[in-house]
Amino acid sequence: MLFFIARRLAQSILVMLTVALIAFTLFQYVGDPINNMVDQDTTLAERERLRQELGLNDPPPVQFWHFVQRVSHGDFGVSYRLKKPVAGLIAERFPATMELSLISAILALGIGIPMGVYTALHRDRLPARLFMTLSLVGISLPTFLIGIFLILLFGVQLRWLPTFGRGEVVHIGWWSTGLLTKSGLQSLLMPAFTLAVFQMTLIVRLVRAEMLEVLRTDYIKFARARGLKTRAIHFGHALKNTLVPVITIIGLQVGSIIAFAIITESVFQWPGMGLLFIQAISEVDIPVMAAYLLLIALVFVIINLIVDILYFVIDPRLRVNK
Amino acid sequence: MTEAQDTPALLDIRGLKVEFPSRRGVLVAARDVDLSLQAGEILGVVGESGAGKSTIAYAIMGLIEPPGRMAAGEIRLKGERIDGLPREKMRKIRGKRIGMIFQDPLTSLDPLQTVEAQLVETMRTHLPISESEARARAVELLGQVGIPNPAERVKNYPHQFSGGMRQRVVIALAISCEPEVLLADEPTTALDVSIQAQILDLLRKLVRDKGMGMIIITHDMGVIAEVTDRVAVMYRSRMVETGPSEKILTHPDHPYSRSLIAAVPPADHRIERFPLVEYIEKAGDEQAKLDLSTHWLGQARDFGSHEETLLKVEDLTMRFMTRPSLIPSRRRYMTAVDHVSFAIRNGEVFGLVGESGSGKSTVARLICGIHKPLSGRIHFAGEELTAFTSRRAANHLRRQMQMIFQDPYSSLNPRMKVRDIVAEPIRFHKLASSNAQVRRIVSDLLDHVGLGASAALRYPHEFSGGQRQRISIARALATRPRFLICDEPTSALDVSIQAQILNLLKDLQEELGLTMLFISHDLPVIRQMCDRVGVMQHGKLLEVAETESLFTSPRTDYTRHLLKLMPRMKRAA
Repeated sequence: MLFFIARRLAQSILVMLTVALIAFTLFQYVGDPINNMVDQDTTLAERERLRQELGLNDPPPVQFWHFVQRVSHGDFGVSYRLKKPVAGLIAERFPATMELSLISAILALGIGIPMGVYTALHRDRLPARLFMTLSLVGISLPTFLIGIFLILLFGVQLRWLPTFGRGEVVHIGWWSTGLLTKSGLQSLLMPAFTLAVFQMTLIVRLVRAEMLEVLRTDYIKFARARGLKTRAIHFGHALKNTLVPVITIIGLQVGSIIAFAIITESVFQWPGMGLLFIQAISEVDIPVMAAYLLLIALVFVIINLIVDILYFVIDPRLRVNK
Repeated sequence: MTEAQDTPALLDIRGLKVEFPSRRGVLVAARDVDLSLQAGEILGVVGESGAGKSTIAYAIMGLIEPPGRMAAGEIRLKGERIDGLPREKMRKIRGKRIGMIFQDPLTSLDPLQTVEAQLVETMRTHLPISESEARARAVELLGQVGIPNPAERVKNYPHQFSGGMRQRVVIALAISCEPEVLLADEPTTALDVSIQAQILDLLRKLVRDKGMGMIIITHDMGVIAEVTDRVAVMYRSRMVETGPSEKILTHPDHPYSRSLIAAVPPADHRIERFPLVEYIEKAGDEQAKLDLSTHWLGQARDFGSHEETLLKVEDLTMRFMTRPSLIPSRRRYMTAVDHVSFAIRNGEVFGLVGESGSGKSTVARLICGIHKPLSGRIHFAGEELTAFTSRRAANHLRRQMQMIFQDPYSSLNPRMKVRDIVAEPIRFHKLASSNAQVRRIVSDLLDHVGLGASAALRYPHEFSGGQRQRISIARALATRPRFLICDEPTSALDVSIQAQILNLLKDLQEELGLTMLFISHDLPVIRQMCDRVGVMQHGKLLEVAETESLFTSPRTDYTRHLLKLMPRMKRAA
């Protein structure tokens, strides 16, 4: 197991270095950072001095090495647009995105898995069929459209929920949370649901397909032949086996919830990293873009690592046997 | 029979009919089945796949998959009718009063739970016992089914047991609540002969000790001869004959029973061809045969020199890593092939026999280049195969050797039409000048293996196991090989189909003067097919002998042991 985790860690580091290289290339080829930092009346000599000071005249591999060193210390540079350190900007926005993603992941899994099981066990019942049809709608509608529909219905027509922002937040240390105030929770509801819809429907279909497969296996037949109770067969044996392959996909989906938050955040004007990123793109704010890129990659890598370890916990076949 | 007694039979089935309605109409899986089973008796139900044997077991358990249903008849357990009971009542009978064992021990157990958890769960579902009592009994049960070290093994997961041991666990689960009836659906089909003998012994002992009644469902006449008191023969969903095993095996009344018994390869002598009785599924033998002296397939068969030895294997060794580690000293290896040397003469059929894990398939894979050997040399047609550094350089030799695999279901690409499957090697080795010629060759090949040219446009899933194996043979012949490696070519097939395929292979070998490496765990099949045989155990080649002398005067203890385990049927003269 240690060998396995060590190998995965090494792979993760490789992935992160590759992403860092891409982020670094952004600086090299998308615009001139000096132009972005100074104003029109800076002299050429001044610019050259700045260039030398920032190490922009060093050969690219050396620059990359410095970049990796800075980044690993959490120094992402200064935003061209806001003239503030990127690390601070991200730290400010990070809680908003994480809370949004966490709640929608919980929604997606909490509704998706039970519904997948239900539709697999009662394939022919009306609710199962209805749900499968609905899930098709959910999977085909783009996220922003769902968000706009929700705003129209609950925000504009019924006026039950706020249509933008995070509402009141409470600060605990550097973390700001909207989970502790009524307006914060109300504001969270629509974006979280919007973000969850696609993942939820995907998980339903995945769990359903896998569960149907498992229900056909010999060990389920043998469990029936031993006269075990239906509930024990379905939830004790079938569900656990269903989840083994589903975990990988779910892990990736949770990662993409965080990445997909961009669209939802801009629809609901949610003050998270996604919104920061969109604004950074429109103004070619490269330090912010690079930092965001690295952060999302890191999230994916960590989630994948967790999934791999989860495999060991769930599936005894992977544990090294004597 | 014993119908006249006052006490009702343990299990009594009258006029059973099981139907599976489908869009194309109603498929009757079993009809007019009458069976009775006494306590302490072992009843065999024999027949080929699709004959409806398993359907009977599922009907007894009340586990017929919808939309299938029991359309007529009644099933009584000790006089009490159990078909059509409410679901919950039937569930309480399953496992408690009727236990069932399935064919494949590798897939019958939940991989994510310990053996103990599965035993305890089953017992606590049916019996009023506490968790700790159930645990104690779980250990006891594992001991009863012959698992060494039961107190420790009970904590293991299914994957930590070998196939035979897993089948013992399955049996322990099936008998954990002391059922009165045990249904065994092909309980030893997936196991080696020596393990098969042990499992059959165990089942027989359990039936005697506990006074259970057992129905054993099998396609294997050897198993029937070994353990059953009475036999019922199923043919196309009907029960054609029932009677004492002794009588059916020696003097069967029904022509189907006769043909079924004739198709079993005899263990005690060699026969020219297997008799094919018209009762067996149409062999397709009336397809046009090719005149090989003029046809493409027969051409270029003159491979230059006629060396005495076609294939020579020297000191071949291969190992697989069983525990990977960064540190070389912590890695663990399993030596699959251990310094094996043998030679195959031109035009000879050389057999390799051994139990699963003995390394016989690995030898085949090394020869045809699927694996690279750790050390040792392979000479083919005077050239050293292992000396070629690139696959491409050896292509002209690889063309001359082809392989037929065991599983006809996974060895054909399901997305390709049969025509493309057979044509692929012709195109790869550029053996034909035009597409039209390729097509003509493919349809001739399909004709020749008894499938008919019309098979070309269909997909593999439209064919039965035996027909798929014919497709594999046609594909192997498509490069005009001189050397054929057959890795258990018939072990996934029914006996009658096996007889057809073995006949086909024998014919082809004679017509084309093929040299063959024939791998099997089935000694009677080896005896029918091979000129010389090598016996393998734990990766080592123990002995090589002329087939007849191996069977009449084996030199090693292991060979004697294998021969002793070989199921023998008494036959009428």
